[in-house]
Amino acid sequence: MVQAIDQALQQEMERDPNVIVLGEDVGKDGGVFRVTDGLVERFGEERVLDTPLAESGIVGVAIGMAIAGYRPVAEIQFSGFIYPAYDQLVSHASRMRNRTRGRLTVPLVVRAPYGGGIRALEHHSESMEAIFAHVPGLKVVIPADPYEAKGLLTAAIRDPDPVVFFEPARVYRAIKTEVPEESYVIPLGTARVVREGRDLTVVAWGAQVRIALEAAERLAAEGRSDVEVIDVRTLSPFDFESVTASVIKTGRAVVVHEAPRTGGFGGEIAAQLMERAILHLEAPVRRVTGFDTVPPLAKLEDYFHPDADRVVDEIIATMEF
Amino acid sequence: MPVTDLVSFSVERVEVLDPEGNVDESLMPDLAADRVMELYHWMVLTRRFDERMLNLQRQGRLGTFARVTGQEAAHIGAAFALRDQDWMVPSFRETGIFLMRGMRMEHYLQYWGGDERGNVMPDGVRMLPTAVPVGTHMLHAVGLAWATRQRGEAAAVLTSFGEGATSEGDFGEAMNFAGVFQAPVVFLCQNNQWAISVPYRRQTAACTVAQKAVGYGMPGTQVDGNDVFAVYRMVNEALDRARNGGGPSLVEALTYRVTDHTTADDARRYRSEEEVELWRRLDPIDRLARYMKKQGMFDDVEEASVIAAADRQVSEAVAVFEALEPPTPEEMFAHVYAEITPPLAEQRADLLRRLEGKR
Repeated sequence: MVQAIDQALQQEMERDPNVIVLGEDVGKDGGVFRVTDGLVERFGEERVLDTPLAESGIVGVAIGMAIAGYRPVAEIQFSGFIYPAYDQLVSHASRMRNRTRGRLTVPLVVRAPYGGGIRALEHHSESMEAIFAHVPGLKVVIPADPYEAKGLLTAAIRDPDPVVFFEPARVYRAIKTEVPEESYVIPLGTARVVREGRDLTVVAWGAQVRIALEAAERLAAEGRSDVEVIDVRTLSPFDFESVTASVIKTGRAVVVHEAPRTGGFGGEIAAQLMERAILHLEAPVRRVTGFDTVPPLAKLEDYFHPDADRVVDEIIATMEF
Repeated sequence: MPVTDLVSFSVERVEVLDPEGNVDESLMPDLAADRVMELYHWMVLTRRFDERMLNLQRQGRLGTFARVTGQEAAHIGAAFALRDQDWMVPSFRETGIFLMRGMRMEHYLQYWGGDERGNVMPDGVRMLPTAVPVGTHMLHAVGLAWATRQRGEAAAVLTSFGEGATSEGDFGEAMNFAGVFQAPVVFLCQNNQWAISVPYRRQTAACTVAQKAVGYGMPGTQVDGNDVFAVYRMVNEALDRARNGGGPSLVEALTYRVTDHTTADDARRYRSEEEVELWRRLDPIDRLARYMKKQGMFDDVEEASVIAAADRQVSEAVAVFEALEPPTPEEMFAHVYAEITPPLAEQRADLLRRLEGKR
């Protein structure tokens, strides 16, 4: 996924001279995960800016650049460090269009590695996507694999509004897919069916898509149920139409996210399904999530994150309701 | 319309111990031979422990951590000026200071090994835990300092951070609050010149970090950060001033990060080996050892025995660390709130039920 994102950045910088990259260590170092490897050599220090160490500064300055007509792609080194910039995102990036009645806009992308599973130190394993999806005016994108990452990032860069692009750190090098050399766009706000099934719909994003698939394949191999898996790709805007259509077909849904349970985006999905499809539901919508705890350090990490076992159990419980 | 010169300022740099091991007697702090030996002991222990930690990390027994090798003078010299009633507010590279303040080595290893149970200081020790988010903790130091003064304690607070942290908004806010409140706090900038791959020049256009103090109405000084006597002298003075109602100060210890940023970094990607080599020659421990030998405080044999004793201490701690039982999953829920909330208790019960079923 690292190379796919790097390629999307290169191609967009090639296509549009207004696309610039800024952040800590994005230049000579090529980013701490090497996502921006080779960019400064190719596009120079005027378009690939190593910034001082200041998250609020990076996003706030990028907002100004975006208003001036650039298309900044700002990197926050880890999503756990994004909070100083949250004020800029909530108070300014998300609402400049609204406040100026569409005259000033912020076509900004903020990229950040996110989520757990990499045995990291404190503040490197959070998944707080819900508090970004909750902000009117922000778009929130979370790719599940390299192919998705390239197409979605390309769409995010070309999008006229601010986009928070969370890259699951554990997927960076763990999942490999074919990625076409040429540029392509995956429209924001469109979910995809990753695996078709008749009995139940699992809704997931990011690193959880593969876990959902693993659970689905296991249940299929055991001949127990035929599970449909949907990768929602973007939490905001959310493709409720596709998810609802799937659940109307299957009659059951399980949502999987590694973010804490309470106030997580799974709650929103369950509520939407209640409103849109209650007469089609054979069972309550269930959730497999992280706990309402601080993400534990490495030794307990595996207990925290949803795994295929937990997803299988919830699917069975939903099927047997 | 006259033009008046309102303010002018200068920034001093203080050096006491030169790389050859000679001291400027007029600036030499008042330290008896056994105290100098103590300084040396802590610096060596920090170095040997840091090296052992790297070893353990490479074997997969510790997670990512930030090394302190090469910055021992700037850490130990500063913390040596602390008294028990003072607070220490660290960032994430203060291995030696943790040991000095009384944290057990095996606990420090346990924490960096991915087990929160290691993140505890002995009761009564005034030191906050490691703060990973850069530059966020100096504000806490100001709050602690305000509280100690409010209670009439003759105590001060020392907070350390890198030059990268001075770019964060929170740094300015902490300095400003400290100045306005006249809080008894000493800001110790470990200017090791590299914030991962970003050099000092890309962090600020100011010649020194020390001069940033001027804008907040407090004194600021730069010291040779590889000179343990200069660091001790200026931090000691600043802490004394703070304890006696003289308000906050900023001390910039100009040093160098001779290691990678963390064990996950590869500094060869962005800086030259020659530059690193230049600074290796200014090693703070070698420098102190040269001084001690010149003064006849110890010889090669005693030097070797201090190092061997440090290694023994480290090995014993590693053995204890390796025998520690892994944490149980209940640990995750134990300290989220003072008392576990009903929803959290339910989640814990669900998890334990699942694990029970698996056994």
